[in-house]
Amino acid sequence: MKTLSAIAATLFALAIWQAIVTLTGLPKFILPGPALVAETWWQNRWLIAEHTWITAIEVLIGLACGTVLGVITALQLANSRAARVLVQPMLVFTQALPVFALAPLLTLWLGYGLWSKVAMAVLIIYFPITSSFFDGLMRTPQGYLDLARTMQASPRSVLWNIRIPAALPSLASGMRLAAVYAPIGAVIGEWVGSSQGLGYLMLLANGRAKTDLMFAAMLTLGVFSILLHLAVRRATARMAGEAR
Amino acid sequence: MTPPPDLILSGQASIDGAPLFAPLTLSLKAGQWTCLLGGSGVGKTTVLRLIAGLATGAAFTGEIRASDGLPVAERVAYMAQDDLLLPWATVAQNVALGARLRGERVDQDRRARLIERMGLQEHMTKRPSELSGGQRQRVALARTLMEDKPIILLDEPFSALDARTRADMQDLAAEALQGRTVLLVTHDPAEAARLGQSIMVMTRHGLTPCQPPHAPVPRRVDDLETLETQGALLKLLREEVA
Repeated sequence: MKTLSAIAATLFALAIWQAIVTLTGLPKFILPGPALVAETWWQNRWLIAEHTWITAIEVLIGLACGTVLGVITALQLANSRAARVLVQPMLVFTQALPVFALAPLLTLWLGYGLWSKVAMAVLIIYFPITSSFFDGLMRTPQGYLDLARTMQASPRSVLWNIRIPAALPSLASGMRLAAVYAPIGAVIGEWVGSSQGLGYLMLLANGRAKTDLMFAAMLTLGVFSILLHLAVRRATARMAGEAR
Repeated sequence: MTPPPDLILSGQASIDGAPLFAPLTLSLKAGQWTCLLGGSGVGKTTVLRLIAGLATGAAFTGEIRASDGLPVAERVAYMAQDDLLLPWATVAQNVALGARLRGERVDQDRRARLIERMGLQEHMTKRPSELSGGQRQRVALARTLMEDKPIILLDEPFSALDARTRADMQDLAAEALQGRTVLLVTHDPAEAARLGQSIMVMTRHGLTPCQPPHAPVPRRVDDLETLETQGALLKLLREEVA
């Protein structure tokens, strides 16, 4: 049923796209139709695959690093009032800065290659991971804490045995959000300065008026993001308590 | 486990300067069930939480002491209306939670015996979500017994159960907790009449002791004297509101 509705939605979107192309009669370098994009995609499949691979590596490393950093930060915040007072406002401030504006700086600092894009992905997912996990850690049901107290548990033991497990569903929802955001971060990084990756390919194709190739790259990015989201969703199902 | 002591709480509590309960003295007899009966908001849960050493949000002046002079809060086991089972842990893990939290070795034999006594052998590896409300409270009771503490604090542990399961749980708890100093906080006159070896009605003005029926606990649900006591208790509760 789920697959069926996904297929139906895709066909519907393609139909609208084709209808706009047919009705407006726009030239193909402005708006190529689905058939042309599919053909271009097939002709350039190896080129697209190569760039997808680069973007995927950036996103996956970024996702891993961002999750680890976010988890560590959330634990520190939950553990120490001083950390909450000093670090939390900073965390919010970093979110108030447009990540786009930081991209040139990161390219300057970390170079043209992989790491400036990883850093972008990390920056963009760090906050959702940190804040969702932190919220979960601070919202342990009071009853569990009372029970642990009558059992003479140390704060450390309560953290490991109760607060962290109770916060895992929140961390899971943060990670699911992160899986959607991370590709955006990597692609912004590629736009600002790179010689590889789907973002680079999109920019290159656009610059040469190869709008069909740009669409093919963009749709590939979309499919990649959806697959990544589904994979993370699956991987975190146990954490979210769905598989039980 | 130290032998169960007598327990005395005397004092008064207020929230932001407004009195929650008037000066009162509650004494729990060693090795007996004391039922603290009262309506909502009279502070009976506060009394229990004070004995357990839990945060209450109320300012308490007075003292809580045991007849043997030893500290109280570290010798209590606590059971609430919510079973407080960890949803990610199995029945067996939940029963052994105390040892796990203190970093102690789990006494496997004792756990197995308790789980069997509660009739939960088949559910050892299940998660709480796979159990019924009654089964969950049996797991919570096993967890409470696993702690092997002389003082047991029960905060309306059976009030969310259906009538039949509640009566079953009352029997099981009365039998399993025999010989310990038990404080049962409840709003149910029937429960107090069935289980109380000492019954106290708590109102805003203080505590009123009430003569418990003569039969040994757990009393039969159709025991006449128990039913009369239930009626008398309900009457007392209603007078208080009027």
